[in-house]
Amino acid sequence: MSAERLDVDALLDDPSTRIVVCCGAGGVGKTTTAAALGLRAAERGRRTVVITVDPARRLAQSMGLASLDDTPRPVPLPEGATGSMHAMMLDMKRTFDQVVEEHADPERARQILANPFYQTLSTSFSGTQEYMAMEKLGQLRQSGEWDLIVVDTPPSRSALDFLDAPKRLGRFLDGRLVRFLSAPAPSGAFRLLGAGVGLVTSILGKVLGTQLLNDLRAFVTAFDTVFGGFQERAERTYRLLQAPGTAFVVVAAPETDALREASYFMRRLATDAMPLAGLVINRTHPLPEGAGSALDADTASASADALAAAGEHPETVAALRLHADLVRTHLRERELRDRSTADHREVPVVEVPALPEDVHDLDGLRGIGRALAGG
Amino acid sequence: MSEHEHGPREPGRTCAGARLHIVTGKGGTGKTTVAAALARALASDGGRVLLVEVEGRQGVSTLFGVPPLPYEEREIDSVPGGGSVFALAADAEAALMEYLEMFYGIRRAGQALTRLGAVDFATTIAPGLRDVLLTGKATEAVRRREGGRRRPEGPFRYDAVVMDAPPTGRIGRFLNVNSEVAGLARVGPIRNHADRVMEVIRSERTRVHFVSLLEEMPAQETRDGIAEISDLGLRVGMVVVNMVRPSLLSEAGLAAAAAGEIDLEALATGLKAARLDDADALSVSLAREVTAHALRVRLERRVRGELADTGAPMLDLPLVEGGVGRAALEALTRRMIEQGVRL
Ligand SMILES: Nc1ncnc2c1ncn2[C@@H]1O[C@H](COP(=O)(O)OP(=O)(O)OP(=O)(O)O)[C@@H](O)[C@H]1O
Ligand SMILES: Nc1ncnc2c1ncn2[C@@H]1O[C@H](COP(=O)(O)OP(=O)(O)O)[C@@H](O)[C@H]1O
Ligand SMILES: [Mg+2]
Ligand SMILES: [Mg+2]
Repeated sequence: MSAERLDVDALLDDPSTRIVVCCGAGGVGKTTTAAALGLRAAERGRRTVVITVDPARRLAQSMGLASLDDTPRPVPLPEGATGSMHAMMLDMKRTFDQVVEEHADPERARQILANPFYQTLSTSFSGTQEYMAMEKLGQLRQSGEWDLIVVDTPPSRSALDFLDAPKRLGRFLDGRLVRFLSAPAPSGAFRLLGAGVGLVTSILGKVLGTQLLNDLRAFVTAFDTVFGGFQERAERTYRLLQAPGTAFVVVAAPETDALREASYFMRRLATDAMPLAGLVINRTHPLPEGAGSALDADTASASADALAAAGEHPETVAALRLHADLVRTHLRERELRDRSTADHREVPVVEVPALPEDVHDLDGLRGIGRALAGG
Repeated sequence: MSEHEHGPREPGRTCAGARLHIVTGKGGTGKTTVAAALARALASDGGRVLLVEVEGRQGVSTLFGVPPLPYEEREIDSVPGGGSVFALAADAEAALMEYLEMFYGIRRAGQALTRLGAVDFATTIAPGLRDVLLTGKATEAVRRREGGRRRPEGPFRYDAVVMDAPPTGRIGRFLNVNSEVAGLARVGPIRNHADRVMEVIRSERTRVHFVSLLEEMPAQETRDGIAEISDLGLRVGMVVVNMVRPSLLSEAGLAAAAAGEIDLEALATGLKAARLDDADALSVSLAREVTAHALRVRLERRVRGELADTGAPMLDLPLVEGGVGRAALEALTRRMIEQGVRL
C-alpha cells in the first residue's frame, strides 16, 4: 500500500483525542465504524460516549438502545474492560427543543415549540439533523463527563452536508426572505427587483397559503430573540471541530462514488483546517490468507473449467470459481483505491474487510474494531 | 419465456396494465438503474415510455450516456421492437414557473420571485410544495393525450410513465400529496392540482416498486416502506432484488460449509486433479473462502425470506461486474422481460 497505515489504537489511546467524527457518504458504514471505535476505546480504558444517527435496528438493540430517547445509555462491557461505554441515538427534534428552551424565556419557548412552522423545521428541514448532531456534540463536550466522544454523522447523500448544513440552516433563519416576510415594509433593496413587494407577497400567499405565512411570521418574531444565542453557539461548536483534540475519520466503500465523495471531503477538511486522522475503506475483499493468496484468477478459472469439462470434483470447481471472483474483486478494489488515494498520499488509510454477515452485536463490533486497528 | 399465468417466475406480471410506475428503495440500491431498465422493458413491445427523474441529479443522463437533460421531454433511447424511451428531469422551480404562468399569467412576477430566491425559499419552508410540483409533472404526463385537451378520447401520449422516485425514507410523504399540501392554500388551484395528482397516484393503474439488496438495512427499509405505502392505500408492485450473486454451491455443500464442515481431503484431491501446486495448503485456504461465501448466502436467504413475507412478487436482477453501462442495461432489461414485465 502506498499510503501510511492508520493507527487507530494510537489515536484512541491518546488522552488528548477528545472527539472522533466519522464522516462519509450514506451506507458506507459510518455508524458501524463509530460504534466499533467507541467500543474499542472503552475496552482500552477510556470513558467513551457514542452518538449514533439512525443505526440499523439490530445494532441499536445490541447496544441497549431500544428507542430514540436522546440520552446516553450505558453499554454493558465484559469484565476486564477498563473504561466505559455509553451510546445514544440522536433525536433531532428533542435536541432542537432543548436549545429553544435554553435560550428563550418560558413563554416565548412555548410559543416557538407550538408553532406549526417550527414543527416542520425541527423535523423535516434538510440540515436540521446535521445541525443537531453538532449541537449534541457541543452539549456532551460541555458536560465534561466524557473523555472521548465518538460522533456518527447523518445519512446524507454527501459527506459535505455535515459541514455545510448547519450554516445553511443558520443562513436560512437569518435570511433576508425571512426578514422580508416578517416585516414586509417596502425597502430599497426589494423595490429594485422590478416587481412590487405587495405583488410578491401576494403570490407567495397564494401559493403557500396565508396561514403558513402567518405561522412563519409568528415564528420569526419569536425566534428572533433566541437567534443570536443560537448562531453563536453553532459557531462555537463548529470551531470545536477545528480544535486539536478533534479527529475526523472518513469512511468510504471501495466503490467509485463513495471514494470520490471521500476525496472531496478530505480536500474540504484541509481547506477548513479540520484535523483528518485517516481514511477507512470499509467492506473490502482482501486476498485470502495462506496458499490461496498466490493463486491468480485466470489460473483458478481455467482449472475450474477443465475440471467442469471433465465432469469431476464439483466442490473443487465451485471453490475455484469463488476464488477467481474474489481475486478479481480484490484487484478491482485495489486499483480504485490506488487511483483515488493518489491525491492524498499523506492520509493514513486502513481497510476493513467485508464480513460475511451484517454487524449487529458487540462481538461483530469488536471484530470491526480489531480490523480497524490492523489486526 | 414461461407461459404460467402467475408463476413465481413471472413477478413482472404486476406491471400489466399499469400506467404509472414509481420506483423507490434505500439510497444506492439501484433505483435509477432499475427505473431505466423497467422503462426499456415496458417499451419493448413497441410502446412509448417516459422516464421521469425528480431528484435533480441527472442520474438518468449519466446512465444512458447522453448530455444532461433539460426540463423537457426528450427521446433518449429506442428499444428493439420499435418502442422508445423518453426522459424528463423534472425540476420544482421550472414547474412552479410553468404553474404560475398557467394559472395566474404572471411570468414577470415569477422571474422576480426567482431572483429573490423565493422559489427556493417557498419550496424550503413548504417541502410539500416541491413534492406536489414534481409529482404533478409525472401525473400530468400519465394523463396526457394526443391532441391535448381538445381530444379527451384521443390515445394517451405515453403508454407508461416510470418515475425514479426519492428513497424509501421519504417516499410516503412524497406520494401522500394531499396531506402534504394540507398546510398550504386550502382552496384554489394548488388544492385542485393536488387532488388531480392524488387521483392518479391512488389509481389502480399505479404501482410502487421497491428496490432492495439482500442486505439487512435495504430490506428493512423495504419492509417498512411497503407497510407505509399499503397503509396509504397505494398499490405495491414488485420488490426488485438487485445485485443478486449466484450461489455456486449445492444445497448440501452450503449447509456443510456454513457449519465449517468442508471435506478438505476431497477439495485437495480436486485441486490435485487440476494439477495445482501445493494442493493441501491451498485446500485450507479455499475452504475458508467457501465458508465465508456460505455464511453470506445464508444471510441472503434469511433476508430474502423476510422480503417474501411482505407478499409482494419478487423480481431478481443479477450483479453486473464492473458497474452498469449500456450493455449491462440491456442485459438487465432482458432479465425484466424474462420475468414477465410488459405493458
Ligand atoms: N445490478 C447491478 N449490478 C451492478 N451494479 C449495479 C447494479 N444496479 C446498480 N448498480 C450500480 O450501483 C450504483 C448505484 O445505482 P443507482 O445510481 O441506480 O442507485 P440509486 O438507488 O438510484 O442511488 P441514489 O439513491 O444515489 O439515487 C451505481 O454505480 C450502479 O451502476
Ligand atoms: N465491514 C462490514 N462487513 C459487513 N457488513 C458491514 C460492514 N460494515 C458495515 N456493514 C453493514 O452495512 C450496513 C450499513 O452500515 P452502517 O454503518 O449503518 O452505514 P452508514 O452509517 O454509513 O449508513 C449495516 O447493515 C452494517 O451491518
Ligand atoms: Mg448511519
Ligand atoms: Mg438515483
